[in-house]
Amino acid sequence: MVNVTGLRLKNPTILAAGIMGTTGASLIRVAQQGAGAVVTKSIGPEPKDGHNNPSMVKLDFGYLNAMGLPNPSYEDFLPELKKAKQKSGVPVIASIFGSNEDEFRKVAQGLMSGKPDAFELNVSCPHAMGYGTSLGTDSKMVKAVTSAVCEVVNVPVWVKLTPNVTDIVAIGKAAEAGGADALVAINTVRGMAIDIHSGYPVLGNRFGGLSGDAIRPIAIKCVYDLYANMDIPIIGVGGISTWQHAVEMIMAGASAVQIGSGVYEGLNVFFNVSEGINNFLKEHGYKKTEEITGIAHERF
Amino acid sequence: MIPINSKITKIVAETPSTRTFFFDYSFEYAGIGQFVMVWIRGVDEIPMALSYKNAITVQKVGDATSRLFEIEEGGFVGLRGPFGKGFTIPKKRENILLIAGGVGAAPLASLAEKAFSEYSYVTIILGARNVDELLFMNRFLQCGHVYITTDDGSAHRCGFVTDVLEELDVSVYDRIYICGPEMMMKKVFDILEKEQALDRAEFSLHRYFKCGIGICGACCMDETGLRVCKDGPVFNGKDLMDTEFGKYARDASGRKKWFL
Repeated sequence: MVNVTGLRLKNPTILAAGIMGTTGASLIRVAQQGAGAVVTKSIGPEPKDGHNNPSMVKLDFGYLNAMGLPNPSYEDFLPELKKAKQKSGVPVIASIFGSNEDEFRKVAQGLMSGKPDAFELNVSCPHAMGYGTSLGTDSKMVKAVTSAVCEVVNVPVWVKLTPNVTDIVAIGKAAEAGGADALVAINTVRGMAIDIHSGYPVLGNRFGGLSGDAIRPIAIKCVYDLYANMDIPIIGVGGISTWQHAVEMIMAGASAVQIGSGVYEGLNVFFNVSEGINNFLKEHGYKKTEEITGIAHERF
Repeated sequence: MIPINSKITKIVAETPSTRTFFFDYSFEYAGIGQFVMVWIRGVDEIPMALSYKNAITVQKVGDATSRLFEIEEGGFVGLRGPFGKGFTIPKKRENILLIAGGVGAAPLASLAEKAFSEYSYVTIILGARNVDELLFMNRFLQCGHVYITTDDGSAHRCGFVTDVLEELDVSVYDRIYICGPEMMMKKVFDILEKEQALDRAEFSLHRYFKCGIGICGACCMDETGLRVCKDGPVFNGKDLMDTEFGKYARDASGRKKWFL
């Protein structure tokens, strides 16, 4: 059992935002496959189709995507959230986005009746104009958006950070000042691929965000730096697909981990990772995950 | 994988609304019923079932397919795949029934040829709007007994594939394969459910895909959460019971669009 901002998780693996989270049924399926909690697709104020395809390609070392925040709007998503809450049996965290404080507030309020266990603020999507990173690189905006949501909801608020900044700690501090209960690090790293036969950028949006193995060291360093400087818990995400990756992230300072494109390996990734963490803890004489959170900071 | 740069070596006008595009790249190890993502550069990338190891057969329905129809022999597209789960190949001497509607004949023609070459007994019900739109009739005729229906009666029987199906003794078939418009497949599904034959049936579904590789969840079905791009596109009939199949699909934003 892991406690993250008051949410009780049966294991420290969480489905990351944007992955199999558009429908209640899909969130329920992921929960049944062993995730300790699930985060929904990022939901906004209006229906959005997202970018044209190709919207995701697998590379040798990771995945490049530019979905473009497709979502049915908070009004149409509400029944899906309610369904996930009723049947998943695990905490359900609603990921939300907007272009300013008012939109964030509106979406959060609109989803409250679905009783999400927490909100995760997406101020980090790297490829949707006017959303995500456009806000998430600006400390003032991050603080304003966080406090706007904190004022209107009575559940924990997590803020998901972008690594595409000079100093992630400064943004983390802004979120904390705005009232964030936890930080989620990291979203994808800005990236691009070009088809050399035609000269066309591969993604429909031309550029996008990199996930998977390639970004794990970046995520580890961000989580390490945040842990050293923050008082609120950190949820680590970026390139995790095995229990070894997860243990490494926890040692850097994560209280729990999220798995995103790692589901490509199969939905049993949640079961495998959480079982692996358990075995590791047992073998090394630890009783709970908390005992190894941030352990790397004590080793010189 | 970055899309494979593939040259269109030959274009065959199959019917007034469908064309087959042959490529210089062949998906030798693709299962029948698997799909490839076809990238029409500068426009979009769309999922297409393979109609041969090295070809897709396309109906002009939207922006991407319209642009594809403008590309000539010698032109290029990007291909990724094969993806998803295809049809179960019948065993020797099994008695199989294929039900194809419109461009749904594309993956089933390959299956008919494979089954025939493996000494299965093949029966086909091929349906189309009219005589000109009957797709791959000659490929099917070489593999087994073919029943033909047209909506307007311009060839053979006037009516739908389900009219023939209702007259057949379904119990004699070891396996039944269906590909066509969703409402046609739903009517077939209902008949097979009544005949208690769903566990012997495989349906090839169509949904809006984004990633195509089982990560994003845009094509997840209610209430099972099964991903059409990864757990499908071919599903056993039992896996479609009490699902959204035949009721609604979701658009690019995730909103429900009800079938009429």
